[in-house]
Amino acid sequence: MTILTQQQQESLKAAIQDGLPLTARPYATLASGLGVPEDAVILQLEQWLQDGYIKRLGLVVRHHAVGYRANAMVVWNVPDDQVDALGEEMRQHPAITLCYRRPRRLPDWPYNLFCMIHGKDRTLVHQQIEALIQQLGLQNIQHAVLFSNRQFKQTGGRYARVG
Amino acid sequence: MHGSADSSEYVLDTLDRQLLNRLQDGFPICERPYLAVANEFSISEDELIARIQNLLAANYLTRFGPMYHAERMGGGLSLAAMSIPPEQFEQVNHIVNSLPEIAHNYERDHTLNMWFVIATEEKEDVDAVVRKIQALTGHPVYNMPKIEEYYVGLRFAV
Repeated sequence: MTILTQQQQESLKAAIQDGLPLTARPYATLASGLGVPEDAVILQLEQWLQDGYIKRLGLVVRHHAVGYRANAMVVWNVPDDQVDALGEEMRQHPAITLCYRRPRRLPDWPYNLFCMIHGKDRTLVHQQIEALIQQLGLQNIQHAVLFSNRQFKQTGGRYARVG
Repeated sequence: MHGSADSSEYVLDTLDRQLLNRLQDGFPICERPYLAVANEFSISEDELIARIQNLLAANYLTRFGPMYHAERMGGGLSLAAMSIPPEQFEQVNHIVNSLPEIAHNYERDHTLNMWFVIATEEKEDVDAVVRKIQALTGHPVYNMPKIEEYYVGLRFAV
């Protein structure tokens, strides 16, 4: 069993960050570029998935292109001792696509819980937010809804350290 | 860069939609992964590869490959916002987007009207990017790195 060296791992990260080869045996294609056996690449990718370095392989949809044009960032000013509990409730909610705790930037920005709702039109997204407020009892939590008007850039993050 | 710019040329059929949904859930790690997925849909390996090529070419995908956990990969990731007067918006937007560390950038309807994701190869580099944007634009950057991640499904039914 071949274990990739640190340098080979960096080379593999660089090779896949723009996408997997569209060949019948993509991991063999990557392996031949690195000069290692196919199973070494397969083992490394499995290890990265298991360790959580890679959340998943597969595709990332350009959501605007497939009709999700109402993209709302919904932000909440939650008491610090309640934010984890509310975050956990939000993760269960089907309308929410992302949910994070972030720092407030007072005095201009009092919000510390951020969630995204991607929908097909704004009216529906407003209804989903209203339902969320009712279901989770958020009537007394200050919030703001920031729809995106224009998208200027959507590329994946790049993390390979090469060159 | 409007995401839908090229997609109108290529209309998704039912199989494309099924593949988009299936491949958001993961891709096998085995010797013939395309064949494994193709078999689920009773199509040939070549057809699956050709369809993924078409979806990429038509700009329906941001990528076909790994979704990294930025911090565990040693990288830096943050969400930042700026408040830019409308008459300066285009100019500042152009400056911000010219930096390779900017992964997403949206205009949103709020006093803080420009929102972007900073993704760097090294964790420590986020602050340098923030300072660089402030120096280049003369406007403050509100940097809001995540403290806790509750959910990152980001899956879209197509």
